[in-house]
Amino acid sequence: MDDLHLRERAVNIRESIIKMITAAKSGHPGGSLSGVEILVSLFFGGVMNYDPKNPQLETRDRFFLSKGHAAPLLYSTLAEAGYFDKSGLVTLRQLNSPFQGHPDMRKLPGIEASTGSLGQGLSISVGCALGLRLKGFNSHVFTLLGDGELEEGQIWEAAMAASHFKLDNLTAIVDRNKLQIDGFTEEVMSIEPLNEKWLSFGWNVVELNGHSFEELIPALQRAKGRSDKKPLVIIAHTIKGRGVSFMENVCDFHGKAPSEEQAKVAYSEIRECDVH
Amino acid sequence: MKATREAYGEALLELGRINNQVVALDADLSKSTKTSLFAKEFPERFFNVGIAEQNLIGIAAGLSLAGFVPYASTFAIFATGRAWEQIRNTVAYPSLNVKICASHAGITVGEDGASHQSIEDIALMSVIPNMTVLVPADPIETKSMVNWAFKHKGPVYIRLGRMGVPDVLPKDYSFDTKPYVIKKGKKIVIFATGIMLWKCLEAIELLKNYNIEPTLVNVSCIKPFPEDLIVKIAKEHDIVFTAEEHNVINGLGSMVASTLSRNYPMKISFIGINDRFGTSGKPNDLLSYYGLDPNSIKERLLSWGV
Repeated sequence: MDDLHLRERAVNIRESIIKMITAAKSGHPGGSLSGVEILVSLFFGGVMNYDPKNPQLETRDRFFLSKGHAAPLLYSTLAEAGYFDKSGLVTLRQLNSPFQGHPDMRKLPGIEASTGSLGQGLSISVGCALGLRLKGFNSHVFTLLGDGELEEGQIWEAAMAASHFKLDNLTAIVDRNKLQIDGFTEEVMSIEPLNEKWLSFGWNVVELNGHSFEELIPALQRAKGRSDKKPLVIIAHTIKGRGVSFMENVCDFHGKAPSEEQAKVAYSEIRECDVH
Repeated sequence: MKATREAYGEALLELGRINNQVVALDADLSKSTKTSLFAKEFPERFFNVGIAEQNLIGIAAGLSLAGFVPYASTFAIFATGRAWEQIRNTVAYPSLNVKICASHAGITVGEDGASHQSIEDIALMSVIPNMTVLVPADPIETKSMVNWAFKHKGPVYIRLGRMGVPDVLPKDYSFDTKPYVIKKGKKIVIFATGIMLWKCLEAIELLKNYNIEPTLVNVSCIKPFPEDLIVKIAKEHDIVFTAEEHNVINGLGSMVASTLSRNYPMKISFIGINDRFGTSGKPNDLLSYYGLDPNSIKERLLSWGV
């Protein structure tokens, strides 16, 4: 996979994220920017099998955005992949816009579930993975979880079930950007030791740099077609607000839109950003 | 006599034999909800998720997204209480094709007591957009509803009980969401749901010597509420009663009241649980204790301007 091509995709998606959140004057930039390389790897790194012209293809791989507040990341990625035109993105969060504050699967193609209430995406993924296996499909289910989201008890109900049902067609990715609304996860409600938690729930665990295509793409490609009877979690270490200096590791930008002036600075930084 | 949960278990098994898209889920209560019958014959299409109701609903949602028609069961209080927000956001908001068939509703759970007696599930499910809410009166209606729910695209809640109920509806009865007049009388109409249809029938027997012949209507579709027919039937009477094994707040009675207040205001008397928790006891003793037994219903009818 051409690295330049991937970096261009990441730049486009970051620009779209800033553009739509700035236009909406609300939204979640921090956790959208931290997941960009993860979604670029899934959708453009030769990992996921999907067809924007046939979004309901039964045998497609599935991507569930459990951290639904990163809707701008999902919308921008799906637009980049050709599910719909980019021109609508700026209607984010407006009345009658299909680009709802949190994803609504009934309003846009490519959105696999309506999410936003944290903690529920992994259960949905477990059910979908069970269903796809029952149908005899080789389709793989990928789910992006927030790290703060792991504080929800339902995540661990689902984690237990995924390993009980031996779901090797399921890969969860934790966007480990270390921040949640009220501060650092380890200060609000510590989730560490994360690696050991997942291991003890019967999952295989891979830790990597969530902004490195060199690390993400091979790991995600290996995640597919496993037959080890275990679900896999990839703990992707990321930086919240990645690509925009004044947003990086700044808790305030979890759910705050940049001003027009800040957006201009953001665009120029995104173009210069070295994603490695 | 057969509990609606047993009729559900049998109907689910039959449905599973005909349709391989049917999958069943339970949260460690399969022997009580009777999904165990399906589980035994179709182990590959049955998923016991353990004592985890939130996950139960989420997994059911995922199975529906993969093209299956999931029937998820546990006790009514845990399905609609513990997992309410999962039902609202993950299932009902995108209108996923998930059937939630919850047993042990109402006080006739019996000895387990208040923690396990759901008296608010009709309210909790009815308030969610896109949700269909059904309460079968007897085994015949339960079987018909399970099949109706399969054909209906979208989320459905079916409220099932633990206590044995006789067949009160005709053998050839088929559920079609409409209120069903089981006894045609005059002056008084009773709109009843669930096992209260049976208890009201017994109460009407007791009233024979009093020269009172109420009309008795089975209202098993709480949502979408059959407003036009309810109004039409009410108009033919002077007095309206509602009867349900549920809190009188936001159950069948409230639906009837809301409907009539907008279309044909009438005085209504509500028979149900008067905003109290349940308690331990034998099912029939509990019905008497909460004023839902035939004799209490008879007294209510006699004491209200007949």
